[in-house]
Amino acid sequence: MAVTDAPKIVTTRFDLEDGHTLAGYERTGGYAALRSALRTSPAAVMGEVKAANLQGRGGAGFPAGTKWGFLPPDVHPRYLVVNGDESEPGTYKDRLLMERDPHQLIEGVLLASYAVEAKQAFIYVRGEMAFAQERLAAALNEAYAAGLVGRDIAGSGWSMDVVLHWGAGAYIVGEETALIESLEGRRGMPRLKPPFFPAVKGLYLQPTIVNNVETLANIPWIVTNGGAAFAALGTEESAGMRLFALSGHVRNPGVYEVEMGKTTFRDLIEAPVLGGGMRQGRTLKAFIPGGASAPWFYEEHLDLPLSKATVDKAGSMLGSGAVVVMDDTTDAVKACARVVRFFAHESCGKCTPCREGTTWLHQILQRILAGDGRWSDLELLLDVCDNISPGIAWPPRQTTICPLGPSAVSPIASALERFRPEFEAYIQGGRHAAARPVPVEVLAGVAGR
Amino acid sequence: MARLSPENEVLAGQIIARYPRSRSALIPLLHVAQQQDGWVTDEAMAHIGELLGLTPAEVLGTCSFYEMFRREPVGTYLVNVCTNISCQLLGGEELLEHVEQRLGVKAGATTADGMFTVEDVECIAACTEAPCLQVNYRYFHRITHQGFDALVDDLRAGRRSDEIPPHGTTTRLRQTIPAGRWAGVGAVGLAPEVG
Repeated sequence: MAVTDAPKIVTTRFDLEDGHTLAGYERTGGYAALRSALRTSPAAVMGEVKAANLQGRGGAGFPAGTKWGFLPPDVHPRYLVVNGDESEPGTYKDRLLMERDPHQLIEGVLLASYAVEAKQAFIYVRGEMAFAQERLAAALNEAYAAGLVGRDIAGSGWSMDVVLHWGAGAYIVGEETALIESLEGRRGMPRLKPPFFPAVKGLYLQPTIVNNVETLANIPWIVTNGGAAFAALGTEESAGMRLFALSGHVRNPGVYEVEMGKTTFRDLIEAPVLGGGMRQGRTLKAFIPGGASAPWFYEEHLDLPLSKATVDKAGSMLGSGAVVVMDDTTDAVKACARVVRFFAHESCGKCTPCREGTTWLHQILQRILAGDGRWSDLELLLDVCDNISPGIAWPPRQTTICPLGPSAVSPIASALERFRPEFEAYIQGGRHAAARPVPVEVLAGVAGR
Repeated sequence: MARLSPENEVLAGQIIARYPRSRSALIPLLHVAQQQDGWVTDEAMAHIGELLGLTPAEVLGTCSFYEMFRREPVGTYLVNVCTNISCQLLGGEELLEHVEQRLGVKAGATTADGMFTVEDVECIAACTEAPCLQVNYRYFHRITHQGFDALVDDLRAGRRSDEIPPHGTTTRLRQTIPAGRWAGVGAVGLAPEVG
């Protein structure tokens, strides 16, 4: 295994001064795929994407072409919704794609809409990403003015609209049915599947495709170069290139586009042109391979390739392409508690096991960190986990509509299994061992909220 | 502090027209209200309800779900410090403590002069650039304690106002669709909403 010299696909314009403008995009081959696709049929575009074996880059890794194939024939209007609500802790790549190459995403949206015969697309950007919203607005304005979006696209007679939409702060909206609820102007709570599979009953209960930003950003290259060329990259099971956000205790944290299946976690973390290894003088304690929802990996997993099937089989997931590296200075209890706090905070409240369970887990962990933990707390944590995700297995079973609740189980199951003595030390040591907050000298202030 | 201004009512009409069903414009219109007043007032919510055919309770029901919508005034500058896992590993919690000490308020509170509100927030998707924070949703990557102090001095002196608009403005550039370019086929064949 090594870092391969496969061509970059979605990051080729990241370093260009004007890569985000229509002029810069077209100068570097942009919108050529659209113009050529409009001379073929929607089925031809669909065929290339299916041949590419492009797995969704949002988290679940479901093949995009297969998802598109679930649309019931002859039911219209259909919609395309772009999931740009990137919020999974550790994940940072869709924001870059929206900020640095917005036209690539728009071209991907147009090609996907053409393939699935969508009449309108909505790009749902995370609310907190102001710069991405500005870059996409500017790009859409250019594309509309140039006749590339809207009525009679590029003189082809085909018409469809793309609307920029943004949220207002809610992790759960990254879940596709919650995203649709939010786009309908409601609280972002997931819908039960079945019957609300988006491809069948999605936005306005019409057939709807929800695709992640990075997934769609790959489509122009696939249409230009052919699905077979994409499938030839990576491995038969995990095709193409993929963005990985490498964060935490490495020398060179960064977002890297690497070949799937042929690159390993060790390559990503240690290669000089990628992570560059652990911080000076430190060793690996654990790493999260695919975002905060994923069970943790350790030294023995470093040589696994970045492949969906392999990582699934090893008991975790590639998820959203977020690799968080923890060295030997890391307090496993604090790290675990921080991730659990996130899920407790972001639970939408619809399902009782998640709403109550994640809150309990958070409170128990805070009690342990404060030095007030009880010996029974460790079993209590696992008992609450079992109520959210029976059996605490992988892949998780769930007593909830969506996977948010079970996501809070991953860090607890991981940390308790591997680092149980650290939890015990907090309980044994009581308040002497506790992490002490630094008091704030309030100079002048008023209570908020 | 009130209903949407006449200009914003025109903008609201443009936004509503882009959706096959008007309720989809609710979150965008709440952003317009927050951009106008810095927070979302009861009067603005009632006005938005009138525009969309929703009750004030329906508007509030959606508004209250989303963290960015503030239903009381906040500081001119909302300082969101990330303490989630990638930032925690590289000093995010210590950065938050420093921000609290420097500004003299705990997370969740506003300084007495109304300049700053501090929040301890969840992941803001800058994980490889930890520790990070946002001021009115503008990013500051790999920020040091000294860097934050300099930023506060700049903000107090008004030196960053071009870069950082007042709280409530997320995007400064909106999508505008030239006359004659709108396809308008998204709602064709869509059944009228029931209820």
